[in-house]
Amino acid sequence: MAEQSPESTAIAPPRRPMSAQLKAGLLIVGTIVLLSLLAPWIAPHPWDTISIHTRFQPPSMTYWLGTDDYGRDVLSRLLMGGRLSLAMGIGATVISVLFGVPMGLAAGYFRGNVDEVLMRVSDVLMAIPAIMLGLLVLAVMPPALWKTAVAVGLVYVPLIARVARSVTLGLTNEEFVQAARARAENALYILFREILPNAWPPLIVEASLRVTYAILLGSALSFLGLGAQPPSSDWGLMISEARAFIDRAPWIALAPGFAMCLLVIGINLIGDGLREQLDPRLKGQIAKA
Amino acid sequence: MAGYVLRRLFLIALVLAAVSLLVFTITSILPASVAHLILGPFAPPDQIKALEIKLGLNDPILLQYWRWATRFITGDFGESMLMNRPVAPILAEAIQRSATLTISAFTLVALVGVSLGVIAALRHNRPLDHAISVATYLGIAVPEFFWSIVVILVFAAYLGWLPASGYEPLSTGFWIWLKHIIAPTITLVFAHLAHVSRLTRSSMIEVLQSPYVTAARAKGLPERVVVIRHALRNALLPTITVLALDIGRLMGGVVVIETVFAYPGLGRLLVFSIQQRDLPTLQAAILVVAAIYAFANLLADLLYAWLNPKIRYGRTVA
Repeated sequence: MAEQSPESTAIAPPRRPMSAQLKAGLLIVGTIVLLSLLAPWIAPHPWDTISIHTRFQPPSMTYWLGTDDYGRDVLSRLLMGGRLSLAMGIGATVISVLFGVPMGLAAGYFRGNVDEVLMRVSDVLMAIPAIMLGLLVLAVMPPALWKTAVAVGLVYVPLIARVARSVTLGLTNEEFVQAARARAENALYILFREILPNAWPPLIVEASLRVTYAILLGSALSFLGLGAQPPSSDWGLMISEARAFIDRAPWIALAPGFAMCLLVIGINLIGDGLREQLDPRLKGQIAKA
Repeated sequence: MAGYVLRRLFLIALVLAAVSLLVFTITSILPASVAHLILGPFAPPDQIKALEIKLGLNDPILLQYWRWATRFITGDFGESMLMNRPVAPILAEAIQRSATLTISAFTLVALVGVSLGVIAALRHNRPLDHAISVATYLGIAVPEFFWSIVVILVFAAYLGWLPASGYEPLSTGFWIWLKHIIAPTITLVFAHLAHVSRLTRSSMIEVLQSPYVTAARAKGLPERVVVIRHALRNALLPTITVLALDIGRLMGGVVVIETVFAYPGLGRLLVFSIQQRDLPTLQAAILVVAAIYAFANLLADLLYAWLNPKIRYGRTVA
């Protein structure tokens, strides 16, 4: 990470060997990301070819994870679905960072009325449970996966803004910021060239954890039918579609379910590991969702 | 203290007013016209126009909001467009059913979560602690909707002990009623246990190492008294805050779980009203949820202050 940042910030991490947690997390997430990226080339069967002869095949040598109600290979669908779920989670996080970070920077730097207005707006947004806010946003338009990503991203804007704000509050009194002010730099320059580069480490941790929650929330919305639309399906929709055959063919639901658990565990391990790496005092403590 | 509570109540009112404005704005840009919904897809255009004028749908949005809000405050939540009944009783029924679900889940989460956390802390770094850690890690990682499928698979499809979904009123018999509640409750508990037990564990470990616990042990108090009376009382502080916040989180979890289990509570009503574009129901349901959420947060802060004498709201508030 940013080695050359000024020491006065005290946020810049000293180099420390990676913990086992972090390594395990990176391994799990790396594998899933790699497999999902390579999905079109490594998928053993076409993900969307319907065949009546291969319906509800249990896992076998030909179909490692079995087939679904349309006779489609579950493994291939899982790999392709992983792409969608990951893209949705990362897209949503990018959106929340794009909006949340400038909001938080402005609130923390200008304080006063700007802060008051931005924080009250985020109070209002946080007064509704995330999933309901997502439902509400999606109610306005016909469902599609990218809209789910936008909705989830918007839901998380206030959370990212809060983190950015509290980091900025700590940084505005630092000497390098005062120096920039003394040079009569404009506010935009100070916010994005002086404060932002030093605020990244905690924001990166927060964002990497947000990806998990984004995937969980997005999949829940997809599960409720407000995400990916058939025949393509992310893991949430795969589980939802498999519900009807849970007693006959449980593997259709279990495969995406386990994949999702693995991904979330991996990202959590990375988050915990990074937190420890950046701030050893927090060792043993845990994050609230 | 009273001043602080009053101030918080005032803020809650402000937030709810803002939420209502937000919800009203979002719902009024919904693509489907209300008049279309009431009259059906084949209604002649002039009838639709007439109804739109009668309902005031062409008035400025702020005027519409004002009309809606003033009626809402007096307890008139309007009429559900799909069920042809006033929203208030529909909502009351749904809240009652959701409350049964969330209260039983919440009680179990509190009891089991704290116990697991304490056990893990007492067996710090021993196999049982690790087993509980792994289990709670899973609890955080597994999404609620997947838990619900696992529960259905195990208890309904495989063991056949419980019905896979649905709801029966208490009047059909206690056992039938209970059977329909168990599966969604278990699912909610699984999904929410982890936070509570992990937090209890970490604060319990910290407290058990503090000097006053050593002092209590040195006095020769039995371990049970040391753990429960001395350590747990202090270790529970952060847990209680998280528990109160969990009330809000359970409200969110209820949306998915009620839908999966076809349990006719607040969450399913909400999803239903969004899917069917039943605006009056949607608006009222969201506001109710936001209100519960806000009061749960207030409760968390007040409980925290009451339990921890070091915190006194109101005196030093800037």
